[in-house]
Amino acid sequence: MARKLVLVLILLAFAFVGVGAQGAAPDTTGPPKPAPPSNVVVLDKPNDMGHGLIIKWTLSPYDGAGLNNVLAYEVFRADSVDGEYLKRGVAVKGTGEYEDVDNTESTNGNRNPGYIAAGRTYHYKVRAMASGNVYSDFSEPASGIPIENWFHFGKVPILVGIIIFWAFVVYFILHARKGKEFYVRPLAGINAVDDAIGRATEMGRPILFILGLGTAGDIATIAGFTILARVAKLTAEYQTPVLVPVNDPVMMAVAQETVRTAYLEAGRPELYKPENISYETAMQFPYVAAVVGIMLRERTATNFYMGVFYAESLILAETGNMAGSIQISGTDQISQLPFFIAATDYTLIGEELYAASAYLSKEPVQVGTLKAQDWGKAVVMAVLIGGAILISLGIPFIKNMISVNL
Amino acid sequence: MRKQIPIYFVLVSGIVMIIQYFVPSQLSDDLFTYANDWVIVIGIFALALGIWSLLKAEFRKLRDPKEIFYAGVLLVGYFVMFFSGLKRGNLEYGSFFMTIFNNILVPIQATLFSLLAFYIASAAYRAFRARTVLATILLLTAFIIMLRLIPLGGFSSVNQTAVSWILSVPNMAAKRAITMGVGLGAIATCIKIILGIERTYLGHD
Repeated sequence: MARKLVLVLILLAFAFVGVGAQGAAPDTTGPPKPAPPSNVVVLDKPNDMGHGLIIKWTLSPYDGAGLNNVLAYEVFRADSVDGEYLKRGVAVKGTGEYEDVDNTESTNGNRNPGYIAAGRTYHYKVRAMASGNVYSDFSEPASGIPIENWFHFGKVPILVGIIIFWAFVVYFILHARKGKEFYVRPLAGINAVDDAIGRATEMGRPILFILGLGTAGDIATIAGFTILARVAKLTAEYQTPVLVPVNDPVMMAVAQETVRTAYLEAGRPELYKPENISYETAMQFPYVAAVVGIMLRERTATNFYMGVFYAESLILAETGNMAGSIQISGTDQISQLPFFIAATDYTLIGEELYAASAYLSKEPVQVGTLKAQDWGKAVVMAVLIGGAILISLGIPFIKNMISVNL
Repeated sequence: MRKQIPIYFVLVSGIVMIIQYFVPSQLSDDLFTYANDWVIVIGIFALALGIWSLLKAEFRKLRDPKEIFYAGVLLVGYFVMFFSGLKRGNLEYGSFFMTIFNNILVPIQATLFSLLAFYIASAAYRAFRARTVLATILLLTAFIIMLRLIPLGGFSSVNQTAVSWILSVPNMAAKRAITMGVGLGAIATCIKIILGIERTYLGHD
């Protein structure tokens, strides 16, 4: 009897130990839970359309310290404090910030649950995550309202730069209007235009003017139109046809109008042939084939390349070179400049293409803008040199002043 | 007067788009999208003009014995692609339209692009002739850069250092100088267009 009683007591003791062990299972058998992050705050994302919020928190005590078991933080969002919190994203350990941005209201007619509407209150909770899908408790909720901003403060340095440059332009234009003459450095490529057209006239062959593969809205193409106007006026005077194959119908319309005007100004409107300014194709290499065909069949004496060019630049320029044409090029595409320098007789490098209109027109107002460009470059150089010196001395004043936060 | 209205239109549009760049609001973004949509719409209308011009020119060339072959090929190609493109499902793999596109146009374009390698060789030959001091420097620099691609044992690391310096110091300095000049030139040109100083692109009064 006593033995049975002892046995029962032993079994009971084991049973109690077992129950106790079951209750403490999460703490002793599984990985420990990390401590939750704290002090969650929700801020409006600055300089945006009101579709973004920035969530900040204080790191979990186990992130880089304590148990050091935090792997990441999960950010959850709800439309109301007690509403359903949906996971919005993950931030890696050591990060106390997450940017929640979503400006897609709906996709194919279906409402996007992640969309953030300006002026609406959103509630956020954050929790820490450890290995083995172990999570901390959620942080206390925090709320914030995305605001639609009406000025991008990160672009202030750009605005200041533009205002300074505009001031230079206006100042030099006013000076030019008062009769002050400015010196303009000779541009060999532009000086050669008259000779190149004269050569074509002597040879009795047409001139080819290529505006590149840009669009009518590209600055380089617009500069190309200005040079085309000058070339077309001279060709009208010399009665030499100018061929302008283009890759864009809008460019074709503008080029036709530019050449027609030039012929009118030269007093030879009857020589203008709209078919000489033709649309070829919008595709790059078919356009190359069309232009190369024109070069070789028409045996153009002079080729102009003025505008935006890509891989076709060297194919065109080398074909023209092999055909024996005198060639003048100009582009703002840095990667294509070496090809043009190697394969054409004269090249307008970058800004020289833009300067060509002022150089050709000799109008004081146009030349005034060139002077403004020179002063703009002087300011940029001064800022660069000053910034380099100060940053070398550990003073980031100029660097901070000109940093743009897009 | 014919020229004044476009100039005022350009002035207002230019200033509005400058302001738009600094305003991140939804209205500003919608305005930008709307303006870009208009560019596309105008481009589509102009495309009809371009195709009309192309066909007119090519039909005229059919009368020229020198041009008849090229004009004929273009017109046949144009109409074959146009009519095959009208068929439903023409963009599916195996359709007549896509077969022509993938088996004729794409290889022709690749052939033209590959010609670039030969043109680079011929242009480089001319550019690297050591006739002057500068051309000799260019030749030597190019030689050092090209050596980077050849295994040269212990010399490779020395050459690699030299190449990195050439690309990141003198080369980068020149590129940045051009980029800054282009940037300022582009802004100056935009100002001239917005203020109506540059108006060649508008044509005659």
